[in-house]
Amino acid sequence: MNYRMIFYMVGRLLQLEAALLLLPAVVCVVYGDGGLAAMLISAGVALLVGTGLTLLRRPKNHTIYAKEGFIIVALSWVALSLVGALPFVLSGEIPRFVDAFFETVSGFTTTGSSVVTDLGRMGETLGMSHGVLFWRSFTHWIGGMGVLVLMMALSPSQSGRTIHVMRAEVPGPIVGKLVPRLRDTAKILYLLYLVLTVVEVLCLLVAGMPLFDSLIHTFGTAGTGGFGMYSTSIGEYNAACQWIITVFMWLFGVNFNIYYLLLIRSFRSAFTNRELWAYFGITVAAIGAVSLNVALAGDYATVGETVRHAAFQASSIITTTGYATTDFNLWPMFAKCVLVLLMFIGASAGSTGGGLKVSRVMLVGKAVGRELKRLVHPRSVGVIRLEGKRVEEPVVQSATAYVALYFLLFGAAFLLLCLEPLFDLESNFTAVAACINNIGPGLGAVGPTGSFADYSALSKVVLSFAMLLGRLEIYPLVLALMPGTWTKR
Amino acid sequence: MNIIVVGCGKIGTTILESLVAEGHDVTAVDNRIAPLNDITNIHDVITVCGNGGDCETLEEAGVEKADLVVAATGSDEVNMLCSYLAKRMGAGNTVARIRNPEYNDGSLLPMKQHLNISMAINPDKLAAQELYHILRLPSAVKIETFSGRKFEMIEIKLKEESPLVGMPLFEMRSKFKAKFLICVVQRGEEVFIPDGSFVLRGGDKVGLTATHSEMQKLLKAVGTIKKQAKKVMILGGSRTAFYLAKRLIAAGVDVKIIDKDRETCEHLCEMLPTVTVICGDGAQQELLMEEGLAGMDAFVSLTGMDEQNILLSFFAASHQVPKVIPKVNRPELGTLALQLGLDCVVSSRNIIADLLVQHARALENSMGSSVETLYRLMDDGAEALEFKVKDDLRLVRIPLKDLQTKSQVLIAGILRGRDTIIPAGDDVILPGDRVVVITAGRRLNDLADILK
Repeated sequence: MNYRMIFYMVGRLLQLEAALLLLPAVVCVVYGDGGLAAMLISAGVALLVGTGLTLLRRPKNHTIYAKEGFIIVALSWVALSLVGALPFVLSGEIPRFVDAFFETVSGFTTTGSSVVTDLGRMGETLGMSHGVLFWRSFTHWIGGMGVLVLMMALSPSQSGRTIHVMRAEVPGPIVGKLVPRLRDTAKILYLLYLVLTVVEVLCLLVAGMPLFDSLIHTFGTAGTGGFGMYSTSIGEYNAACQWIITVFMWLFGVNFNIYYLLLIRSFRSAFTNRELWAYFGITVAAIGAVSLNVALAGDYATVGETVRHAAFQASSIITTTGYATTDFNLWPMFAKCVLVLLMFIGASAGSTGGGLKVSRVMLVGKAVGRELKRLVHPRSVGVIRLEGKRVEEPVVQSATAYVALYFLLFGAAFLLLCLEPLFDLESNFTAVAACINNIGPGLGAVGPTGSFADYSALSKVVLSFAMLLGRLEIYPLVLALMPGTWTKR
Repeated sequence: MNIIVVGCGKIGTTILESLVAEGHDVTAVDNRIAPLNDITNIHDVITVCGNGGDCETLEEAGVEKADLVVAATGSDEVNMLCSYLAKRMGAGNTVARIRNPEYNDGSLLPMKQHLNISMAINPDKLAAQELYHILRLPSAVKIETFSGRKFEMIEIKLKEESPLVGMPLFEMRSKFKAKFLICVVQRGEEVFIPDGSFVLRGGDKVGLTATHSEMQKLLKAVGTIKKQAKKVMILGGSRTAFYLAKRLIAAGVDVKIIDKDRETCEHLCEMLPTVTVICGDGAQQELLMEEGLAGMDAFVSLTGMDEQNILLSFFAASHQVPKVIPKVNRPELGTLALQLGLDCVVSSRNIIADLLVQHARALENSMGSSVETLYRLMDDGAEALEFKVKDDLRLVRIPLKDLQTKSQVLIAGILRGRDTIIPAGDDVILPGDRVVVITAGRRLNDLADILK
């Protein structure tokens, strides 16, 4: 285990976080409603700890293997969240550290579950200063595409082995590069991310949303996070804004490789992508089912309104964003169940969304189909293909093992949460589902108008852990906790 | 530059590794997924799985935007097809590995023209060439030549008792009355470009430059000269052995080849009538002794197995054969053999990788770099580059001692017309000269890069 290199990378990451904390500091200066000192102190702490780690023991050997890659990612994200929680505590907006940590993890993992209860009356902003609110949403943007990917894009060229870090951070069963150089790949991804972000901000501005609000909600959409400003979430804004956010949520749930293919004018391979069509099909089917069910229940006045709400909620849940335009807690049971199923499917691989990922679900579905066929024809030979290419057997095995481990950990977290006396089964189940799939709100007490504030400290830690598990796709964190990983080889 | 390497065997991987280190964007193509997976885990490249002779695969690898396509699969025919298609599909330049001797005779040139291949590489021939150079000057570990043999740089390993040990460099020229320059020293893992006060130690690997005649004089004075090999035993009747034997015979050397396979032996016998060909298992030490190993000037082991080559080289060295050289394909085994005490191993992979790096830099030439020849020295710790001098006022007509050069950079030779100058402080560079620069840890694209 190359400890020096691990500490070095974590140190560099904290230095990057220090730089990123300066952006909300600027917002604090612009609005002048407090939080500046908290931002600067936090940035200082990040810089100090980060620089300390990089100088502590300079790595002589820069080689990292898959194991180091996983550990770097796991430790980086924990360190990032611990430091990222400081502004909330120091500014006194979220005084308890456990709460602040939960909120930060929720931000970086693009979950969007909140412990903030001070929602005030409808339409009033959360009782936070602009700067802190900005940081809260900005963590979504940083976490969406991945901090280590950002670090790769910014730092000078590294060895090819850094791909282990990228694989551990970028979601999906198969992580490939767009161009030969890892650094260029990271740059392209961030560039696409940035362009889409800017376009969304402009669209929202045109649709009549104030600048600060559009920034906050764009960060929430881009990272598929879901932190907003109002207890009514996006319900606060007009129908045009809601449609814009619906579309952009869906777009950020698309594999970014597709955008690159469009960029290099490789339209055919972009539009024949199976995962894209599956993702599209699932979304449309869900919208249809939810619309019908909700329309039959007669909750909304017009067909247009029904479809708008159904589309927004379906898009918000499948991309694991977690914004809401209406309290879907009040919807009929069938519609709610469709949303819960969407939670588990999640967005496309290589997007900013969470969940199991459409391509992984497709892969496991095919593996299950092959297994069933093998029961009927024991000698049959099956090769699994995805995107017109044969998927190597280790990848298939890893995907099935992933799903098994995912539900195992889901069960464990659910069990721990059920120690809570206050919450019912629906709330606990969807709370875990919302956290491990990085969605945000669940149903029942943790629905779109509720919050996670009443959970005990233990449950919050468990849920924070679940969020990290979901964002980092389980393996890094589990490996970091296995004692075998840390023994000398 | 955008470079596609087709075929990720041993040679392909070495090529790819050096090109990535040079800062090129490399796409690796192979028809097996396993080596590609290993490659993506280690090197910063993108991979495409498919047949290199297939248009679709080449298209997926982005051939129309590639500046260079290197076809290095195990099959000559696939390499030819791949280079031909790549060129037709818009690649800038193509390099193909072509090793079958039938293609490497008179038909090579027309074939290169018809297929539009910019460079054909024959690993066996290149290895044989390197071996030949070393056998001609056996004190050297490695020999590099610049500007068509007018200027040589040799690497030698210093023994404890060598007269060079313990003397500062500035005293050497007067002491040995020879014009030479010690340009680079490898001590352990470190590589130095020494200055005048540098003192050599036993065990150092030293890069020396001198003109060919001076070199002989110098080596004689230093006492490390081994006589040119007159009797050479070659183990393994590979293609490399064939090319080497052919050149050695032409130079009047007595060659004995040992191979296990009867057919190979007969074939060699037919092609090289003056060579003594022995059919037998070279791993049997008895046989080697019977064939007079102890009386040989040199022993070259060229079987297909690295381990056997290394072990039998040690065996030969233990019988006081003055020069033993194993051919070792896996770099890690080569390093091991050197650590264990052999002074010289030959690997065609490194020679090819050097050649390609040089070719790639030459291609960049038109994009601003002016490197004419490039060799990597001292296990890639240093580079020797040959530049053609342009009329640059910061460089020309200034005595070298007044040039403000960067550290770890040395001007090792000036080639002017038919003369070779081993430079001292008062020499100057003139426009039109060719200059050989040695550098450690820097990347030079132009002669002016040596200045501060």
